[in-house]
Amino acid sequence: MRHRSLFLTLLSATIVFGAWEIAGRVPVSFAFPTFLESMAAFWVLIVEGTLFTAYAETLKPLVVGVTISAFLGIGLGLWIGLSEKIDWLISPIFVVMQTAPLAALIPLLVMAYGIGLTSKVFVVCIMAMPVIVLNTSGAVRNTPASLKEMGHAFLGSRSDIILKIILPAASPVIFAGLRLGISAGFIGAILSELKITPTGVGDIITFSRSIADYPTMYAAIMSIILLAVLFLNVLERIEIFLFGGNNKGYVSE
Amino acid sequence: MTKSTTNIEHAVTVRNVHKNYGDVQALENMSLDFPRGQLTSLLGPSGCGKTTLLKIIAGLLPATSGEIIVNGTPVTGPGPDRAFVFQDFALLPWASVLRNVAFGLELRGVAKSEREAIAEKYIANVGLAGFENSFPHELSGGMRQRVGLARALSVDAQVLLMDEPFSAVDEQTRRKFQEDLLGLVKNENKTFIFVTHSIEEAVYVSDQIAILLPRPSRVSEIIKPSGFRHKSADHIRRDPEYLDIVDNIWASLRSYVE
Repeated sequence: MRHRSLFLTLLSATIVFGAWEIAGRVPVSFAFPTFLESMAAFWVLIVEGTLFTAYAETLKPLVVGVTISAFLGIGLGLWIGLSEKIDWLISPIFVVMQTAPLAALIPLLVMAYGIGLTSKVFVVCIMAMPVIVLNTSGAVRNTPASLKEMGHAFLGSRSDIILKIILPAASPVIFAGLRLGISAGFIGAILSELKITPTGVGDIITFSRSIADYPTMYAAIMSIILLAVLFLNVLERIEIFLFGGNNKGYVSE
Repeated sequence: MTKSTTNIEHAVTVRNVHKNYGDVQALENMSLDFPRGQLTSLLGPSGCGKTTLLKIIAGLLPATSGEIIVNGTPVTGPGPDRAFVFQDFALLPWASVLRNVAFGLELRGVAKSEREAIAEKYIANVGLAGFENSFPHELSGGMRQRVGLARALSVDAQVLLMDEPFSAVDEQTRRKFQEDLLGLVKNENKTFIFVTHSIEEAVYVSDQIAILLPRPSRVSEIIKPSGFRHKSADHIRRDPEYLDIVDNIWASLRSYVE
């Protein structure tokens, strides 16, 4: 089984990258480099160390923003899910945040918080938090009533019921929200570097585009996708470690 | 308070209980006694408020007025003297059988080694030895309800509240459960309150049957089968008194079933 899935992964990677290579050789556009050219540029970025200094910059708003979004998002989602009043009060903010055209709002953020780290963290949070909050609150609200009643009947305190029943029951949907939110956070981090001040990976993208060094630009984009995939895999491991029995579904009819 | 503390032959007393949901009257002036160490069934057509009454006794729902007295103390919420068996089992899908059974004790703050020892004993009692580390989704419906029953037994409450516990299991498992329940009533010195909509089941397992009628919900009749209680499990279903009671109950309920 394991060999087969590895084989399929390699096969699909070969097909995608092969198609990229062919499209680059046709060429589809002057601004579309081949896969091999991009990989060569990627190698140069690594050897020269440009990529690492760039990530040292990009990871700051990303890590801070994603951490804030995850903890604050789950906390707020829990609060919203537990109380109808809080739902009424806070939910609309996140619905607006999720649907707002972020690129158009960035100038406002810059006016309020300047061009530094704060604005970039805000962009990451605006991208990442709504889906985390809304997923968490929805999952908390949909905890099977009989499980909560059971906790109550067996004398669980309110915090027992939240920590031992509601959160574990909601965890599959919370983790789905985290996966979506964190992916959006990666997009937000790059977006903030493109729109606010070019630093880090955003700087590589902007700069290489301005000098028509398209292989380097695509190499930088590839690197951020790679990092995101890696991170999501780690998250999945954490979920399986924490709530192993959960992916088997509910047993009550 | 003064009247109730003296009453030792009744483990649970329901006195003048009303329950309204907005304008809808769910229970009207209900009074009922539950003799200690016996099994009392609440039987009636759907909508007669039997589950509502059970949840009020459990302390899961507040009564609009009236009082519930358990062992001389008025009920204000769930308590250690009562344990609940749920119709849909209410098991934690992410927890093993062992943790599910020990969960009631876990919520009471009993230390892990102690509560697991108690849970293991009751898992064996209900016939699930060897399944301690299985997850609920790996068990059949009947086995899941055995987990629910073991959880309720392990907290050692004097009163066991069972909300249609066998309605979600298949007919054959159900018969086995009913036989096991008779043994449980005999051996565990507990008071059982059992909600069911099956007439045969109620007559088969009960020392006392309260027939509830709907709109507004009230106790219409209390039946105490006595003639066949001492007989062995296989003979009850052929006992003439058993058959007569089943027929009589059906005769009084049929007009309420649409």
